[in-house]
Amino acid sequence: MGLEVSKPWQQVLDKIRTWARVNSPWAIHFNSGSCNGCDIEILATLTPRYDVERFGIKLQGSPRHADVLICTGPVSLQAKDRLLRIYWQMPEPKFVIAVGSCGLSGGVFHGCYNIVHGIDEVLPVDVFVPGCPPRPEGIIYGVAVLLEALKSGKRPERTMTVEVPAELGVPKVEVSQ
Amino acid sequence: MTFEQHGENRFIVPIGPQHPALKEPGHFEFVVDGEIVTGASVRLGYVHRGIEKGAEDRTWTQNLYLMERICGICSHIHATAFVQGVEKLAGVEAPPRARAIREIFAELERIHSHMLWLGVAAHEGGFDALFMYSWRDREVVMDMLEMLSGNRVHYSANLIGGVKYDVTPDMMDKIRDGLNYLEERLVHYLDVVNNDETFIGRTRGIGTMTREQAQLLGAVGPTARASNFAYDVRVDAPYAAYTEFPVEMVVAEEGDLHARFVVRILETMESIRVLRRIFDNMPESELVTRVPRRIPAGETISRVEAPRGELFYFISSGGGEKPERVKVRTPSLCNWGTVITLAVGHKLADMPMILAGIDPCFSCNDRLVMVKRNHHDPQLWTWADLRNYGIEYYR
Repeated sequence: MGLEVSKPWQQVLDKIRTWARVNSPWAIHFNSGSCNGCDIEILATLTPRYDVERFGIKLQGSPRHADVLICTGPVSLQAKDRLLRIYWQMPEPKFVIAVGSCGLSGGVFHGCYNIVHGIDEVLPVDVFVPGCPPRPEGIIYGVAVLLEALKSGKRPERTMTVEVPAELGVPKVEVSQ
Repeated sequence: MTFEQHGENRFIVPIGPQHPALKEPGHFEFVVDGEIVTGASVRLGYVHRGIEKGAEDRTWTQNLYLMERICGICSHIHATAFVQGVEKLAGVEAPPRARAIREIFAELERIHSHMLWLGVAAHEGGFDALFMYSWRDREVVMDMLEMLSGNRVHYSANLIGGVKYDVTPDMMDKIRDGLNYLEERLVHYLDVVNNDETFIGRTRGIGTMTREQAQLLGAVGPTARASNFAYDVRVDAPYAAYTEFPVEMVVAEEGDLHARFVVRILETMESIRVLRRIFDNMPESELVTRVPRRIPAGETISRVEAPRGELFYFISSGGGEKPERVKVRTPSLCNWGTVITLAVGHKLADMPMILAGIDPCFSCNDRLVMVKRNHHDPQLWTWADLRNYGIEYYR
């Protein structure tokens, strides 16, 4: 970003950045049309029984502060643009966790007229957490899997172009490795 | 954001669909004058999935699982309403033990829903300690539900003509222990709600709704009962086992947010009392009766009391393996009118509490609503538009 540093320094900076990201990822939660079941389980992970803040994971209100988008629901047509806009507002690098069966494939709502049938139809998804709804342990495990992958410098191999509708007034986003 | 409308300058604060105070998508616009709200509007539909149309494409048994997933908080009660309607059409009645088990699930669900609400409403008021405590104690109910059915959220306890899971004596003992603990905690929460000064400052006299307003706006459930409007389907038109194990209606007179907290906590205590009575006098019978695969043609309605108020199902059968039409009227949608009306005259900072006061559930909300308009608004779909879209989609 304009700042020129030598290669060894760059490596050190990258290490620090990864260390910070893995130790305290900030998450944002968006319900794109789910039945609430997954959302209350995501909320339950914050509460004393499961307490996800032990791992430094914090639920954030603003997409501009978030590293991880935890998304539920089969993506209704009305929520689709909003989901894209939230994804676009998040700073790079960003990761997406799809929670719940309907976020994976449409689940029980498969065939309903107002849904897109899965979050991966709209956004590049890094981790899928199946279940209807998944247990809080499952959601925490999903986040842990993502963090493990980040620690070892791996990211799920996936390229996808996210096209944001022109009427939203935001540029096209290229997602690369 | 200021803009001209009706020839006057107005300042509008938009909230949602993604907002820190909202856990679910919904869009609100509050017109403010300084800090006082002078007008409010709501835009729903972010969670509209097309379930009612989807139900016409599934068999009666498949629909059980679809209806359960209208809402993740009151999932059992949706399935119960649907099943009772179908049973009425088929002319069968669930055995006594099955009906008692339905009531057990419904009351446990009410406890879990009200404790969830207590936490979320306190969180909206900036009272995060109560949020954490009530959600910690809520896990006790979740454990009970998981022990009974094997799942924490969608229990799938209902079958057409009965229930799937039995409640054994040792399960009842475990639930009794949990209920004793919960009752102790609820007494504490009632004390907090009634005596904590900051809490009273945020709730007493806020969003006051008179009995007449509640009736006029069509409020249901605890929201209406907090305004001294005594209406509870469990009492007025008993279903499941509510004739054998009746509940007492909890009514408050004040009609403000504080009364809604008190009504919901007292209702939770009432649920605990009823559960104990059911466990003491559990009827003995089989769990399922035989039901014909093809449900005879006919139309019926089914009403139940969900944790948020009256839930209404209209079911029409053509005599086949699939329903012809299923119409759902959910309590959250009925209560929105009260929010829009009560918001006027309050401070913007009170809005989250007033919103949370009706225990809104957006996934329940997003049914089809008919809006009467003279001009054609491209943002709004009429019934004909939607129908054409549905026909084109399935072609």
